[in-house]
Amino acid sequence: MPNGAQYSQTRGANTEKKTGPGINPMHIHPRPKRSDWAWYVLLLVIFVLFYEWVIDNPRWKWDIVAHYFFAPRVLAGLKSTLILTVLASALGLCIGVVIAACRMASNPVLRGLAYVYIWIIRAIPTLAMLLFLFFLSALIPRIYLPLPFGDANVFDIDTNQIISRFSAAVVGLALYVGGHSAEIFRSGLASVEKGQREACKAMGMSDLRMMWHVIVPQAIRIIIPPLANELITMFKNTSLVSVIGYVELLTTVQLIYSNNFETIPLLTVACLWYLILTSVAMCGQSLLERRFRRGV
Amino acid sequence: MNNFPGAPQASAQPLLQLTAVNKQFGDFTALHAVDFSVEKGDVVAIIGPSGSGKSTLLRCINMLELIDAGAIHFKGEELGSETRGGRRIRAANKTLDRQRRYFGMVFQGFHLFPHYSVLDNVLAGPLIVGRAARKDVIERGIYLLNRVGLADKINHYPSQLSGGQKQRVAIARALAMEPEIMLFDEPTSALDPELVNEVLEVMRELATAGTTMIVVTHEMEFARKVSNRVVLMDGGRIVDQGSPSELFEGSGSARCKRFIDSASRP
Repeated sequence: MPNGAQYSQTRGANTEKKTGPGINPMHIHPRPKRSDWAWYVLLLVIFVLFYEWVIDNPRWKWDIVAHYFFAPRVLAGLKSTLILTVLASALGLCIGVVIAACRMASNPVLRGLAYVYIWIIRAIPTLAMLLFLFFLSALIPRIYLPLPFGDANVFDIDTNQIISRFSAAVVGLALYVGGHSAEIFRSGLASVEKGQREACKAMGMSDLRMMWHVIVPQAIRIIIPPLANELITMFKNTSLVSVIGYVELLTTVQLIYSNNFETIPLLTVACLWYLILTSVAMCGQSLLERRFRRGV
Repeated sequence: MNNFPGAPQASAQPLLQLTAVNKQFGDFTALHAVDFSVEKGDVVAIIGPSGSGKSTLLRCINMLELIDAGAIHFKGEELGSETRGGRRIRAANKTLDRQRRYFGMVFQGFHLFPHYSVLDNVLAGPLIVGRAARKDVIERGIYLLNRVGLADKINHYPSQLSGGQKQRVAIARALAMEPEIMLFDEPTSALDPELVNEVLEVMRELATAGTTMIVVTHEMEFARKVSNRVVLMDGGRIVDQGSPSELFEGSGSARCKRFIDSASRP
């Protein structure tokens, strides 16, 4: 847009040396706000109170926190949490892509099935979903797909063989991520202006290439923030798998403090690890956002 | 079939032929049995009041809208539909994508790809649709940008260009697919007045070079001076057509004169 170009030119001119503050007496400074100092005082109060209530508070038992922070049991729990997060995210995003594609298909059967899937995933608490999956063999002892005629099955598996604490945890969390990310993908793709599709179609581009080269690269910008939010939520939800007895970070510290009753220091250990890993995820998010901002 | 030189049908067969084309949007009939044909080298200007079906006609030709009845033939090939077991059905998506390559389209809203540089926008067709190697088409891309006067903007992004520059890139992008007919859908309507001429100038040069063009436009000067045929639409029908001199100066219908008078008034 011509106006945008002019605006950035004038904005560029402002940063030139001759109009900088201190050099040009006609330079216009930002208007000082009287309320500004109040917020700095508030910040100071927060720092002081944080120091007194948390850092310099013997009841937090920072020595015990330090003792357990790198304890082998805690690190093993952390490893389980990470493996669970990575596998459930990968599987969940694949499910999400398929469900989103079905949701936008022209075929009403696919659209309907995707809609029902999203409806169920949204409605059922993850905790209940994990329990259903773990006790699946009690409900459905054998998983099979019969051939349309004859007695043979395409496959026929004992449910107990495929459902373990670990697989139920991964699948349960992945189903959850799948349902939620499908909606994020769909809204992201829908946010790309209609003219982009028309421009692709007008030059004879196939749907698949249009998606890959034009629509998805533009949609990713929109998708990243809510998707990162979803994955970070899932990362913390891994703690829910303790209901089916899978031992990850939070369950590990719970097991430890049920023996030594150092509840708060051990929860602090877990939360500090969650903080660190969430920070890493957020750094990754801002890197991705920068990567896909090109040309906008 | 009868495409060899000298065959009577071949010489009688226009490059593009629309026969009784009907287009519905729900209960609204956008095109009523439109017949329309274009010869090679024609520059057709489609004019008419807004809502008269000009853009719809253009978008039906390259199948951005699929027609409900009638037929479109390009060099004798039926576009967008086929007959199976005595019933006419839509052509496969793959066929539509192939047939769309006969046409290049320039939109009112440019629709450049914002995540691609100017050069990559022009090369998008050859690279993504044509599966060409970059080194084989890069020269042609630069040639086309030169042709629209933007060779110095190769590495800019669309957001850094003015509207007129964007539209000229869009023209180069459409030309890169070497279409047989160029379709322009109100190419200057979204532009600031001082930027209109740089786009019209490029279009004038294309017309002079013998490009077959169909232009939906409100620019009466362009219709009068550059086109060799003017089509007036109203209410989803072609109500008058002829050479510019016929429509603008002489024997045009009363309705045509009324429209041209109101559209030409500054």
